[in-house]
Amino acid sequence: MALDPSKKLDVKKLLRGLEKYRPRRRGWTWRAPGGAQLGPFGYSQCSEPLKAGQALASAPAFGGIDPQPDCVITTEIASGRFEDDIRRMRMAAWHGADHIMVIRTLGQSHFDGLIESTPEGVGGVPITRKQVRATRKALDLIEDEVGRPINFHSYVSGVAGPEIAVLFAEEGVNGAHQDPQYNVLYRNVNMLRSYVDAAEAKGIMAWAGMLQIDGAHNANATASEAWRIAPELLVQHAINSLFSVKVGMRKDLIALSTVPPTAPPAPKLRLDLPYAVALRDLFPGYRFRAQQNTRYSTSDEPQTDALHFLDTLISRLTSADLQSTITCDEARHVPWHVNNVRAVDTAKETLVGLDGLKDLVKIDRSGPLGAAAREITERAVLFLEEMVEAGGYFKAVEAGFFVDSGLYPERAGDGIRRELAGGVGAGTVVRREPEYLAPVCAHFGENHLPAELSGKKPCTLIGGCTLCDHRKIVYIDELDPEDNVAARLAAVGRPSSIMPEAEWARDGLVSVSMFFPEPEETARAAALALAERMGLADAAVVHSAVMHPAEGTLVEVKGRVTRGINRSALKFEAKPELLPPEEITAFVRSKGLKAVAGTLGNDEHSAGLREILDIKHGGIEKFGFACRNLGTSVPPGKLVDAAVEFGAQVLLASTIVSHGEVHRANLSKLHQLCVEKGVRDRILLVGGGPQVTDEFARECGLDAGFGRGTKGLDVASLIVRRLRK
Amino acid sequence: MSNASFDQRRSHLRSLSDDQLRARFWQLAEQAVNPLVELARTHTTPSIERSVLLRGGLSSVEAGRVVAGAVQRGLLGLGAGGLVLRLAKKRTITFVEAGRMLAAGQGWEEVGDGA
Repeated sequence: MALDPSKKLDVKKLLRGLEKYRPRRRGWTWRAPGGAQLGPFGYSQCSEPLKAGQALASAPAFGGIDPQPDCVITTEIASGRFEDDIRRMRMAAWHGADHIMVIRTLGQSHFDGLIESTPEGVGGVPITRKQVRATRKALDLIEDEVGRPINFHSYVSGVAGPEIAVLFAEEGVNGAHQDPQYNVLYRNVNMLRSYVDAAEAKGIMAWAGMLQIDGAHNANATASEAWRIAPELLVQHAINSLFSVKVGMRKDLIALSTVPPTAPPAPKLRLDLPYAVALRDLFPGYRFRAQQNTRYSTSDEPQTDALHFLDTLISRLTSADLQSTITCDEARHVPWHVNNVRAVDTAKETLVGLDGLKDLVKIDRSGPLGAAAREITERAVLFLEEMVEAGGYFKAVEAGFFVDSGLYPERAGDGIRRELAGGVGAGTVVRREPEYLAPVCAHFGENHLPAELSGKKPCTLIGGCTLCDHRKIVYIDELDPEDNVAARLAAVGRPSSIMPEAEWARDGLVSVSMFFPEPEETARAAALALAERMGLADAAVVHSAVMHPAEGTLVEVKGRVTRGINRSALKFEAKPELLPPEEITAFVRSKGLKAVAGTLGNDEHSAGLREILDIKHGGIEKFGFACRNLGTSVPPGKLVDAAVEFGAQVLLASTIVSHGEVHRANLSKLHQLCVEKGVRDRILLVGGGPQVTDEFARECGLDAGFGRGTKGLDVASLIVRRLRK
Repeated sequence: MSNASFDQRRSHLRSLSDDQLRARFWQLAEQAVNPLVELARTHTTPSIERSVLLRGGLSSVEAGRVVAGAVQRGLLGLGAGGLVLRLAKKRTITFVEAGRMLAAGQGWEEVGDGA
């Protein structure tokens, strides 16, 4: 099964034979070096280009090049239905994501054991063997399509960490979040349980070569004043990193998850850059996963995009092995397909635009940055000193050391406190007996293997384990007769009508943006009333922004379309029939065709018309037309007179300004003047401009019209076809 | 918990070079982390033991039942994989067959302390 870019990913076909599917590789993959020269440009921080992908919106003006930054780009996709997420992953991969993170469904971290089959999730996807295997299989196909390995990632946390780690190692998951502090602080998992489980889970991850991401960034999102917890973040990173190394992980597969903590209107770089520098100075040899800020991203999408641009600027000023992305709609609702893609594009555009930044500017440690970085490190050292004095890590957590919003050593007293004997899974940790035995591979800690085993793998005792022999894995298909992927796909069916989609197949979700010249409260109410009139179900305001308290408000509404669009009723825009360039040239030369052109009325725009005429832009001159361009702000009469005088068979009139329908008036006038002068049948009248369509131009009496994106070949083909008749 | 000002608390760090300061950071981190590693090395949990059984070729459902049985009988400290292996050896059956027996509530009297 290979993917065809012209066809949708067939989920039913993907699920066939899943019970026998084996992952093609284990472990993490970084991007391959390459892409140093693309088109006319040299790059110093790019990687091997994609075989197939979607370049940035501005790329057509640069020959369509699609440089890929050196760092891995992450997108988080977890709508609750993996079968819909798979399609979103394909779109994100085309735009440049090669690290797909799947967030677990709400509450799974408190589930003591594995979940099987494919139930629907809330606030994430239930991580089950079938879901993981189907997703990995899809990503294998997608990576073949784009020509770059894709890392699949989820969470090894909660009270089933070691089992999840085994599942991930078996199924070719390439990276995972693992940080016992996350369990303790944010999921209230018992501290002893969390650390004992973590060691086993990390050992399994290390065996599989998975990349680990820690959980320190959560403190940024939780603390009331995120920028004040920087010293503590250094401590959190150190505890998880050092613990990981001591249980067998390689430093270069341990990624510190770091978020620039502030946002404008705070002086962001002044606060965030010293922290980013201090962190990288303190953790040589480790990897950095630069996450974008969520604490201060709002429902205002341009604000969020600008914030994330600044975060990515900090990545380029320091370093990032992975650049994670946050969707601009995260503060509105569960992220929509398109916003995952947009966030990947924003990161790619920023990273490529800042290529080689450190060759151009240097971090100045002699000024305030150096002093601030030193201060953060000193505060972190003091934090650790107090922790050791207090009796160690557990005592510190019991005393509420962590996620306190005071700038350490000041304390606000609002830290998270957990009891050693409390939390989920309390009382479940057991001391290993002298006869303790675990006859499998990738096991951490005391293990009283028989002496005769010396040198052989522990699983020799049982004839092999699942890590060594994939056939030993027990695959469980669907358990729930109703909540399963087959039933969900059957419910969607193969409909003939077209529905918009934001998260799930045929969900009908759309957003509508509108401005009302009203105060905010009125505007929001008016928006909902309008949405109802537009026939949108479940309408809700997802964003409003005051332009001026009295003059008006922008409102954005989401809602659900309840009826699809009939495919057979669609009207397609007519595509111009293009002639071979040699055929055009032959005709133009044989007739000695001449064209007069100009921008009509009081209109100083000239770029569009030059694109149509100039030989260097691929304009009609190159086919042999003799062109006379009268320039801008040309009255219709002057244009007609020039055409007559020059003996032109073609008159090209450009019109950009459309206020008060001035474009309609000018084009109509052109036609009338030609009729009055008795030359209308000798001159082909062609109009062009961003507000012009062929239909509009004909209404004005012209022979044809062209809108945005027109090329010289389009216009030349039309002229030749008309004049041949 | 201390609320002493930063300037007072940092006085002993002032004389340290940046490298010395970082070395102190990591030395303190070692002191905090070493007991955690030792705890993990010498203890186990139901999740660890289920993960061992999964690696041994049992399903998640079977692994859950065996571990619940071991917890109930106070045998988890022997290792669930070790228990299953004991039964497999005694009965000369495979590891997976022994695991399924224990999951079904059979053979427990043959695997406990002193068994």
